[in-house]
Amino acid sequence: MNADLGLWAVPLAVLGGMLRVSTPFLFVSLGECVTEKSGRINLGLEGTLVFGAMAGYGGAYLTGSPWLGVLAAGLFGVLFGLLHGFLCSLPKVNDIAVGIALMLLGTGLAFFFGKPLIQPAAPMLPAIPLGAWSDVPQVRAALEVSPLFVIGLLIAIALLFVFKRTKIGLVLRMVGDSADAARAMGYPILPVRIGATAFGGFMAGVAGAYLSLYYPGSWNEAISSGQGLIAVALVIFARWNPLACFGAALLFGGAGALGPALQSVGVTEGYYLFYAAPYVLTLLILFFTSSRTKALEGAPRELSITK
Amino acid sequence: MSAVSVAERFDDVGASEVSPSQARAERPILEAVGLTKRFGAFTALNDVTIALMAGEFHALLGENGAGKSTLVKSMLGYYHPDGGAVVLDDREVTIANPRDARRLGIGMVYQHFTLVPAMTVLENLVMSRVDVPSVVNWAKERKALSAFLETMPLKVPLDTPVDRLSSGERQKTEILKQLYLKSRILVLDEPTSVLTPEEARQVLGFLRARASETGMAVLLITHKFSEVTAFCDRVTVLRKGAKVGEGLVADLSTKEMAALMIGERELTQAPGRDENPKSAEPVLALKGVRSGDSGTRGSLAIEELVVHGGEIVGIAGISGNGQTRLVELISGQAQKTSGEIRVKGEPYDASRATAQAMKVRCLPEEPLRNACVGRMSVSDNIAFRTFDRDASGSKIRLLDKKRMLQRAQELIEVYSIKTQGPSAPIQTLSGGNVQRAVLARELAGETDLLVAANPCFGLDFGAVADIRAQLIAARNRGTAVLLVSEDLDEIVALSDRICVMFEGRIVFECAGGDAVDTTRIGAHMAGHH
Ligand SMILES: Nc1ncnc2c1ncn2[C@@H]1O[C@H](COP(=O)(O)OP(=O)(O)OP(=O)(O)O)[C@@H](O)[C@H]1O
Ligand SMILES: [Mg+2]
Repeated sequence: MNADLGLWAVPLAVLGGMLRVSTPFLFVSLGECVTEKSGRINLGLEGTLVFGAMAGYGGAYLTGSPWLGVLAAGLFGVLFGLLHGFLCSLPKVNDIAVGIALMLLGTGLAFFFGKPLIQPAAPMLPAIPLGAWSDVPQVRAALEVSPLFVIGLLIAIALLFVFKRTKIGLVLRMVGDSADAARAMGYPILPVRIGATAFGGFMAGVAGAYLSLYYPGSWNEAISSGQGLIAVALVIFARWNPLACFGAALLFGGAGALGPALQSVGVTEGYYLFYAAPYVLTLLILFFTSSRTKALEGAPRELSITK
Repeated sequence: MSAVSVAERFDDVGASEVSPSQARAERPILEAVGLTKRFGAFTALNDVTIALMAGEFHALLGENGAGKSTLVKSMLGYYHPDGGAVVLDDREVTIANPRDARRLGIGMVYQHFTLVPAMTVLENLVMSRVDVPSVVNWAKERKALSAFLETMPLKVPLDTPVDRLSSGERQKTEILKQLYLKSRILVLDEPTSVLTPEEARQVLGFLRARASETGMAVLLITHKFSEVTAFCDRVTVLRKGAKVGEGLVADLSTKEMAALMIGERELTQAPGRDENPKSAEPVLALKGVRSGDSGTRGSLAIEELVVHGGEIVGIAGISGNGQTRLVELISGQAQKTSGEIRVKGEPYDASRATAQAMKVRCLPEEPLRNACVGRMSVSDNIAFRTFDRDASGSKIRLLDKKRMLQRAQELIEVYSIKTQGPSAPIQTLSGGNVQRAVLARELAGETDLLVAANPCFGLDFGAVADIRAQLIAARNRGTAVLLVSEDLDEIVALSDRICVMFEGRIVFECAGGDAVDTTRIGAHMAGHH
């Protein structure tokens, strides 16, 4: 039986939303963060995400293991990433245009191959019950966390370390910040960028599997509500810092849960306005954190949007 | 190839004797044989052979666009030559990229900086090594590098991101990087353009000593004859992509070297200074101008600075003392936090419209970055000031490409800009020619205020003479010229009045001319008085 929490239900729902909704944002933005650090933007991640959702669901259904589904989604993501990476390495090809094309290709292919998967039920990913200590059912529900969320947090911390302390991370930053310098120091440019885009694809694929195998936990054509695209903006907003990506993902997850939460406590009017909360939030934060003198500080200088 | 056969070519310049110091280093450690490099239909380098002996300091001379940078870049794997070979220690080697060169112990300081702007000096230095460990222990690296810096005559801050360094500091970092890498062969492409004469002497003296002690070979590209005569053993001269001579520095006079470089051409004579064109009203007046966080590097705090029409005011100072900010304020790249800037008595906001109305022109430092769009053509870049006006100066809506091309063609002639044509992207021009193109744009038409930052940075002596003549001619026409330069000789040679900047303030002012006390100026530049 649900206990009546009154208005407390709202922050609780927002917390639950943060933990549940944020994961796809987190994975896509961490992957995109690596791609952008290398000097490329992959706008096609939305397509990769949707395809990943389909491939993950199908993989889990066929093998009977949700984790194999996640792996399959990631591997298909790598393929999309490689495709983007190679196409953009051809002379005079623009990464943004290729990204948009791949976004459409990814969703189209997912719908095409995913038709027969709408009916059958695939095994779902398990959850970690962080709220087991409480006997309030809503608290338990809110604190149910996917292992992928924890893995995402660990990846964010690992990336911070990689960017700061490891050779591969420093090479990545060099390639993204000054291709000339990297070339003069003899580091390869294209392989690094292709690798970084493939990693971004992997992460987006996994994010898709999370959608279909954990939350909301089914495969249909409306599975994504643009998480793949928003996550790309999140990276800019997080100023290319993986931990900030984590924070931004939480914020977006929480804001996204606001509308449904208000609706559930009986706010009947205007709650749908709160469905727009994440987008309004983005605009507000971008507005208030913008600065005339520090525009795009920290942006990799090789990015086509900053060049 | 032996040293003897190379020596036989000396008779080009009448220096066929092999001197004792030559005999000591019997065979070249690095040799490029018959290198040819084409960019499209244009031959930038035509069958050039050059040999470097162990322990020698070798100068490579040539006008802007002669192919000096192209030659060394082709030797070091940055470009892939279309013909010829590179021989290291008597063995032909393939150097496919600069990393190969590094592995073979060949290091290069590029003319255009190749540090990663967002990374700190420490990160840049560590990443330039061949053997970067997969996980970097920064505490250990910092300690090792600080210890290394102790032994060096040059100092740079380790933890500052490179984009906050001044050009001079970046150049020092580049040189330190090569020393840190213990290169056996060192190629320097105009390393001293942004150093003060004192620093330049220090650096070259240090490298000279290192070369004699350790047998390191140094190839120095420079436009300064004083550096050649003071530090170099041998010289090779390029003209229009071909080798036109080589020999011992001891056997050649500056005049002979200059003649080899420019061929038959006549040099521009500096026009005399007209007396009294100085205007009564100041053209540029700064009052209480502050910009940047006070006290930090590169910030500005000027109580008063005026420039009258018909005078050249020289701003001397070591790079990083706010000069860049001063130029940026007038060019509109930076904002002042307080104070006022007036041009001809009117408030000046550095917008394009105001600059156009008040006839303010600007030649910033690193013009390829600050005053050009690299991927756009030479003619487009030259038209930046005028593309929206027709011949009579009234606004037009559609670009007149034909006129732009024609105008560019004229200026290319007048300023002898070496380019494959007006429609070549400006970034394919040699360093000095980018400078000329920007100057052509800025000086064309009427100018009331001209701000020039290091206008002769990286120019050959012919071009230096040209550009100095242009500046004096502008002054004689009544233009107010604010000349910001790190080259004290240049300031002294051109200025009517000299101001010294230190930590963003003007700390000393005196009249220009022959009677200038350069020691006093130098002391103020260094901050002791
Ligand atoms: N990437 C390129 N594409 C096309 N042309 C080029 C390229 N790089 C150089 N050139 C041309 O080759 C010629 C030689 O250039 P280079 O940079 O070697 O001159 P330089 O002797 O180093 O001159 P400076 O003293 O001005 O640096 C120039 O005419 C230049 O326009
Ligand atoms: Mg050059």
